[in-house]
Amino acid sequence: MSLLEVNNLALSFAGLHVIKALDFNVEEGSIASLIGPNGAGKTSIFNCLTGFYKPTAGEIVFNGKSITRRKPHKITRLGMARTFQNLRLFKSMTVLENVMSGMHCRSSAGPIGAIFRTDFQQKEEARINEFCETCLDFVGLLEAKDRVASNLAYGDQRRVEWARALATQPKLLLLDEPAAGLNHDEKQQLIELINRIRDQLNITIFLIEHDMGLVMKVSEKITVIDYGEKIAQGNAEEIQNNQKVIEAYLGKEEDEIV
Amino acid sequence: MVNPINTPSTDISGQDNPGGLSGWLQPQKNRMFILMTLAAIAMFIPLVSNNYGLEIMTNVWFYVVLCLGLNIVVGYAGLLDLGYAAFFAVGAYTTGILTSQFGVNFWLTIPVAVCVSACAGFIIGGPTLRLRSDYLAIVTLGFGEIVRLIARNLEITGGASGLIGIERPTIFGFQLSQIVHFYYVFLILAILACFVSYRLQHSRLGRAWQYVREDEDAAEAMGINRVAVKLYAYVIGAIFGGVAGCFFAAKMTAISPETFMFQQSVLILLGVVLGGMGKIPGVIIGAFALVLFPEVFRDLGSMRMLVFAIVMLIIMLYRPEGIWPAKKS
Repeated sequence: MSLLEVNNLALSFAGLHVIKALDFNVEEGSIASLIGPNGAGKTSIFNCLTGFYKPTAGEIVFNGKSITRRKPHKITRLGMARTFQNLRLFKSMTVLENVMSGMHCRSSAGPIGAIFRTDFQQKEEARINEFCETCLDFVGLLEAKDRVASNLAYGDQRRVEWARALATQPKLLLLDEPAAGLNHDEKQQLIELINRIRDQLNITIFLIEHDMGLVMKVSEKITVIDYGEKIAQGNAEEIQNNQKVIEAYLGKEEDEIV
Repeated sequence: MVNPINTPSTDISGQDNPGGLSGWLQPQKNRMFILMTLAAIAMFIPLVSNNYGLEIMTNVWFYVVLCLGLNIVVGYAGLLDLGYAAFFAVGAYTTGILTSQFGVNFWLTIPVAVCVSACAGFIIGGPTLRLRSDYLAIVTLGFGEIVRLIARNLEITGGASGLIGIERPTIFGFQLSQIVHFYYVFLILAILACFVSYRLQHSRLGRAWQYVREDEDAAEAMGINRVAVKLYAYVIGAIFGGVAGCFFAAKMTAISPETFMFQQSVLILLGVVLGGMGKIPGVIIGAFALVLFPEVFRDLGSMRMLVFAIVMLIIMLYRPEGIWPAKKS
């Protein structure tokens, strides 16, 4: 069953067609990737899925519901979480506070509850705290929970982002270039983490990545786009041998003569 | 009282504890001790002070309330507001009109003022939510002027000469009339404002304000409804201003549009920025500096505002984050 289905998606900015009639789907429980050369429109697709961009045409169906043109926070509430290509942490706040942001859409206490510290509010805060610590533990950062986020090493800041996304209790996790800026060891840990998120937490994963080694290793299905169009879809082996993909990345033979 | 969630103070891992004064301030026990001492000192000021001193200290507490209210909008949610005096005006005029023209009991005007100022917060919040920083500042500035000009031109608000004869409130048959009474009224208000600010800051909503301030898009991606969160900041900030306005009207017994000029908004903002945005003790210090400085240097005559300006420049150059230190770890 598809958890995410994209039909005929198109996005243009003032005549510039970033995405053209794109169709693809992500199976529930799978690890899928989206790859393509620089400027192919990958992050734009993510921004359409998460509601940051309003697609010009087409439909996005998530978990059986159309989410086209919905507001980002509502999409998150429906169970789609994302990380950003460039770290977007709440820099001056602690690691735990950062992760707590994910629980916002799963809790409800308002100002009255906060001022009077009602029973409900206290219990909810305890629940938020507990769940966020579990998330931090899952990514291996529990000891750093009271540190200010911007003081952590780059790799650890990435993990804060993942914990924060996990705290939204998603069904689908979108990772935008999760391996960017990580060293070899950290990449291995990332591969292991991605598998653990899927296997232990039953969260479907859809990622954009430039590191082909990582993509080929983790993904069960790969979608390749170029100039906003899908040029191939399949498993790692099929993609590696696909003529169109090779051309998109390496260029055609005539090109080289010119 | 001890909240298990938001007390990094209970963490005794050692490595993250900053040294010096702020390190000593971290444990909850020491903090409570300081607060109690300060409250006791504030309680006893009327025993040793003359009326002039009391008048100034009352003014300090009044500005503490206003600065803490604006701090919710500017400090927590990061929304620059140059028209905060408008909310203070709304509260003062609500009480003024209801008591002087309709003979309503002062205490009954407070809930009305809360509702009216909340509506005013909603009105300014609604259309400006799409705007960011500079544009927002200009719109709020305009709003502040609109409120003042409305007050100046309506008949019910007494026009340019304002309202006079606002009834002094009575409590259990005892009329609040002397400065010492109002000293305690404003002290209680200030303590209440600190308490509410603290509780809000360390709550789900308080965190949401900070997320929106730090990175609006990331906050939205984490499922935070930024429109609702910002509206809450405006409305709650407005209520602080409104309530302060009610008591201001009762203390002065007369209000005029000139009290709510643009300078008033700037002054309140100054207190917030000077002390340290988003930090309750900082904002209190800011309010103190705001009121006390011109009084302490009264001997300098007309030079004192110049000295005040220079001191502010120096503080902002050397401590751009405000007088109160930022939390570090």
